[in-house]
Amino acid sequence: MNLTIKVWRQDGPSDKGKMVDYKLTDISPDQSFLEMMDVLNNQIIEEGGEPIAFDHDCREGICGMCSMYINGEAHGPGRGVTTCQLHMRSFNDGDTIYVEPWRAKAFPVIKDLVVDRTSFDRIIASGGYVSVNTGAAQDANALPVNKDDADAAFDAATCIGCGACVATCKNSSAMLFVSAKVSQLSLLPQGKVEAHDRVLNMVKQMDEEGFGNCTNTGACEVECPKGISLENIARMNREFMFASLTNK
Amino acid sequence: MATPFALLKTSLVKKYWMSLTGIFLITFLIVHLLGNLALLGSNDGNEAQIAFNEYTKFMTTFPLIKIVSYVLYFSILFHAIDGLMLVAQNKKARPVKYAHNKPEKNSIWASRNMGLLGTVILIFIVTHMGSFWFKYKFTEMPIDPMGNKDMYSIVVLSFKELWYVLLYVVSMAALAFHLYHGFSSAFQTLGVNHPKYTPVIKKVGYAFSIIVPAAFAAIPLVIYFSN
Repeated sequence: MNLTIKVWRQDGPSDKGKMVDYKLTDISPDQSFLEMMDVLNNQIIEEGGEPIAFDHDCREGICGMCSMYINGEAHGPGRGVTTCQLHMRSFNDGDTIYVEPWRAKAFPVIKDLVVDRTSFDRIIASGGYVSVNTGAAQDANALPVNKDDADAAFDAATCIGCGACVATCKNSSAMLFVSAKVSQLSLLPQGKVEAHDRVLNMVKQMDEEGFGNCTNTGACEVECPKGISLENIARMNREFMFASLTNK
Repeated sequence: MATPFALLKTSLVKKYWMSLTGIFLITFLIVHLLGNLALLGSNDGNEAQIAFNEYTKFMTTFPLIKIVSYVLYFSILFHAIDGLMLVAQNKKARPVKYAHNKPEKNSIWASRNMGLLGTVILIFIVTHMGSFWFKYKFTEMPIDPMGNKDMYSIVVLSFKELWYVLLYVVSMAALAFHLYHGFSSAFQTLGVNHPKYTPVIKKVGYAFSIIVPAAFAAIPLVIYFSN
């Protein structure tokens, strides 16, 4: 495959940055998107240039590091996949591919395609945990949990915190991420105890980080590589409402 | 506990108020439409004129409705101001735009343009209240055979003006798109999302967003094209 890749290049946080065109030849459709980026970087290094900085780690869709806005969509055109799970067979020979970093005030660009997502860490630190040691795994059925709740908690817990929801939201809202982290704990007995304080603190931190509000467009749910559902946002809305009205 | 108003700086609370005022405005649309339908009656013996003017008098004098009308003015203003504040905040959350973006791949147009659609509706409401509500309350009105203020003639006269009918129809189209997303969105914001009820809410919302604005728009069209 022969491709034109338009990549966002930015030297550092204060650099203005711009889109730069690169030509690539002989790309295999079986290569992953990140492998294609590796080939492009080799080519840039051989020509004496500065390679493109991008985040990646496990390359199997579980770490949540890779974060590219490809052809106008978070993690590219695939559904239920991260950038590392996207393959070049999703594109056609001769295509022009746009590659940009996540865009949000709360995700400032560090360099090229690398953004600072520590705002997510600060939201977790504000309440996304259980304060006490809950001990080893419980004996089966010692702590009854409704199967539906267990499944919903597990589904929410599959969020890898990549930030695709923020990147794709027209408001750069972090509601899907925060609601998944609220839900995975509040649905289970160990997390229920602190549910009210947790949701109040996490939403407060989310607002302070400068994420936008939720318009319920549903874009996050579509682009989320883990298929986190809007039901989580509704659950957070409910919990926040009850917590605000009843907390002393 | 902080009061709901003190909490207004919170993203979620702003949305709760959008939702609550929105649902109230939706119920108002039904009442308003039912009243407007009186305009369509036959007026050979002044029946429609008398019925509509009686209805207008009732709506402006009955004490309970007077109270609700103040809640309504407040809701319209609050919904508009809160909405514009949200739009401004959301714009600030993404200072650098994407060079290449395909939002149509993951969301509907109406959901991404609620602010724009709302602004069109707001402009319409201001014009609408200027030509009817303001005239009724603060200017000298013609009197009908029953001695009531003749709102019917004022309305029919306005609906004979092409520019007014066009503004009306365009605004109702904006309202349709606004409701197409807003109806079910209001429930999601309040945390009502359930596999049993959400599909029903969505279907009712879609039907409402088409039928109600279409019925509103039909009235000036019928009057404009009839003799």
